[in-house]
Amino acid sequence: MSKMPNYTSTTNACKLCKPLGASLAFRGIEGCVPFLHGSQGCATYMRRYIISHFNEPIDIASSSLGEKHAVYGGAANLKLGLKNVTSKYTPELIGVATTCLTETIGDNVPMILHEYHEEFGTDDSPAVVTVSTPSYAGTHMEGFHAATTAIVDQLTMPTAMHDKTNLFSGFISTADIRHLKEICEDWEMPITLMPDYSETLDGQALNEYPLMPKGGTPLVEIKQMGGAKATIELGATLPGRTAGKVLEERFSTKLYQLGLPIGIRETDAFFETLTTISGKTIPTKYSSARGRLIDSMVDGHKYIFGKRAVVFGEEDLVVGLTSFLAEIGIKPVLCASGGNSKKMKKAIEKVMEGMDCEMPIVKDNVDFYDIESEAAELDIDLVIGHSKGYAFARKFEIPIIRVGFPVHDRVGGQRILHLGYHGAQSLFDTITNTIIAKKQSDSPVGYSYM
Amino acid sequence: MKAAKVLDERQGQIHRKGTAPFTIDCDKDSLAGAVSQRACVFCGSRVVLYPIADAIHLVHGPIGCAVYTWDIRGALSSGPELHRLSFSTDLQEMDVIFGGEKKLAAALDELIDRHKPAAAFVYSTCIVGLIGDDLEAVCSKAAADKGIPVLPVQSEGFKGNKRAGYEAACDAMGRLVGTGDISGISKYSINILGDFNLAGEIWLIREYFERIGVEVVANITGDGRVADIQRSHGAALNVVQCSGATMELANMMEERYNIPSIRVSYFGVEDMAEALYEVARYFKDPELMEKAVEVVRSELEKLLPELNRYKKALKGKKAAIYVGGAFKAFSLVKAFRLVGMDVVMVGSQTGTKQDYDELEQITDEGTIIVDDSNPLELSAFIKEKDVDLFVGGVKERPIAYKLGVAFCDHNHERKEMLAGFEGMLNFVREVYGSVMSPVWKFVPRRAEESAS
Ligand code: SF4
Repeated sequence: MSKMPNYTSTTNACKLCKPLGASLAFRGIEGCVPFLHGSQGCATYMRRYIISHFNEPIDIASSSLGEKHAVYGGAANLKLGLKNVTSKYTPELIGVATTCLTETIGDNVPMILHEYHEEFGTDDSPAVVTVSTPSYAGTHMEGFHAATTAIVDQLTMPTAMHDKTNLFSGFISTADIRHLKEICEDWEMPITLMPDYSETLDGQALNEYPLMPKGGTPLVEIKQMGGAKATIELGATLPGRTAGKVLEERFSTKLYQLGLPIGIRETDAFFETLTTISGKTIPTKYSSARGRLIDSMVDGHKYIFGKRAVVFGEEDLVVGLTSFLAEIGIKPVLCASGGNSKKMKKAIEKVMEGMDCEMPIVKDNVDFYDIESEAAELDIDLVIGHSKGYAFARKFEIPIIRVGFPVHDRVGGQRILHLGYHGAQSLFDTITNTIIAKKQSDSPVGYSYM
Repeated sequence: MKAAKVLDERQGQIHRKGTAPFTIDCDKDSLAGAVSQRACVFCGSRVVLYPIADAIHLVHGPIGCAVYTWDIRGALSSGPELHRLSFSTDLQEMDVIFGGEKKLAAALDELIDRHKPAAAFVYSTCIVGLIGDDLEAVCSKAAADKGIPVLPVQSEGFKGNKRAGYEAACDAMGRLVGTGDISGISKYSINILGDFNLAGEIWLIREYFERIGVEVVANITGDGRVADIQRSHGAALNVVQCSGATMELANMMEERYNIPSIRVSYFGVEDMAEALYEVARYFKDPELMEKAVEVVRSELEKLLPELNRYKKALKGKKAAIYVGGAFKAFSLVKAFRLVGMDVVMVGSQTGTKQDYDELEQITDEGTIIVDDSNPLELSAFIKEKDVDLFVGGVKERPIAYKLGVAFCDHNHERKEMLAGFEGMLNFVREVYGSVMSPVWKFVPRRAEESAS
């Protein structure tokens, strides 16, 4: 087992900061401007980071606090900022996330907002949702979930029952979001998917710079989430209080929480849930995709059996990928995350059940220095995770399969499909071909057949 | 769809040459709620010190600040690569409540033992400014224990803009200067300030200087080394590039050690040649000047025929420039002129009044000059001027691309060498490679044009 000492310093973190997650979630609401209450730098850094993955403009407003605000509080700047954003963008919603700075000076944002509404509120003022996201308590994933929960908590209202199902899909790629929507459409199941940044962060070429990008979960639908038939919430390591839990408490909306549908068994579980909720059976399109996936797994199994992989990234993604790797005969030997939900190990034990595969070393709250030191002793063949793992994969001279966020060193990170049988198919092909390619290029012969 | 609006408060920061007597507000704090392209004090310090490759750069603060600056610059090192690692104290709630000094001390202890750096820079971030950690004390204790310089960088994010960060970085470096041995340094010697060795540029510049017979004592900070900076006060002259980043250090060295400085730019043919001539002129040795002339002639002989190949295609294309410092903008304006392109918009994040005056003088009638702009404005200008090419940083790229405009990255993240004579050719190639791509035929704005 691990001999890793407990370091004080962090080197090459495997996590991002909380307001970044919140900004991404807010970007998935129609007509919403993400707004960071803090100093200008935070917003600029996060924009740059997000842009390098999505290759898409993202405006994140900031209250741009300066030195005097740090002493006297940021209320005046927050109000001024909200006014300016309102007049420039005419948004339907402003999503205010706090930062380390404003949390530490102790700005009471809900109170400031209350004052703001009293002073400047009119009938067509945009709604404002606030979320507390100090980065010293949690990662971007906590920020993402906190913002999603805050939106539901602060916007849903008592409403008549309707036929829709709520789908909180977590932090997945824009291709994944589009795929989930397609699945539900094929299932003839009306859904409200939130947050839906599949267009706002992966839009088309345009002639006119839009003040506000098209797309996002419509506010009207969010307001009526309490009347839905059921809620599906994806993620194996979700926090205790989630959007789904809020709806369940407040409107008794039936809640199904399951892991990200990655690989066969997790996707099966997702589709079963769709059947349970809709009463409909799986469309042929998907049952045949499953059949083809299994057929291809048989065709390719020999090339990958017993290969040893390190999986890292957000906890939910790591759990899903680990599950899939075990299904195709790759040995996940180290599963690591900078997240610290304390739920990852259990979740991995669960997906490993029945797979006749040794339990991997599971590490949460680690950085790439830890991952690298641990991996050095494990004789690994493959690294699976976002592009920040490239540095150590390169050092070890082993291939890296890029998944998740961010992918800063390749085009098309936003188009990587992870979910469903279709996602599993494309992951399987990429992984298998990467291993074959490595063997081929390492070989002195270079066979032109496999 | 709504067209771009300019906030009334921003009108003073935009000027159209020829429309009114020239005035521009600048040096203002960013407006609350506007999506500024500006960064913070910490960012300013971090980018300046980043290329010092044998020091550890420890960010004392929450994780975000460190992680967003991990390996962000294309600054190369010919040796150690400590600068490419992202170190943080990753402050947690308890540290914020009880103070982070202990954690910082432990982190320094561990990292210095692990990496054996020549020095350590410790960056202060927003929170540290608030919880009142005594960086100075922790650093001097670590320095005494470990026997290397441990330098606090007072870069609390909210205490001003990027320029304040440059100053904090210069302060930190200022403590190193004057502590090294200066024996054996040539009387014809310089420090190169304000080049960050993006894609290896400083190697090229050093080579030019060495060819004319000038010794380079310290690179500040591209491919920088602590020991070189420690003996940089032995140089006869500081050659400073770029408007703000390292000027403060040059001023300090002038005060303390009587080392004069000259401002140069290595970007574009004229500016590069002028930089060599100025240095030669300073040393008042005709031999140096002869060699400088020779270097310029031989480089131009290689370069010009190559450039002409691209010139025909690029002539008359319209360029927009939006960069961090205004000094870079001057060089870009001249570079575009050299290949026959028209600059129709130029702006910067942190220009001073003086900078904008100079821009006003070197640009054509009708050119838009703008300070601290934002995406909405930039996109409005792109449309108004029917721009063919946008030059900016990574944050501007998606705006340009979304509207179907060619783009050239001229920021510290770029991986192409753009300085010097060779760099000019790279630059033109990159411009050509973007402007001439067939993909623009398919983007909506051109597709519509050709349909009507
Ligand atoms: S101060 Fe906090 S919110 Fe801002 S970038 Fe740093 S970690 Fe993120």
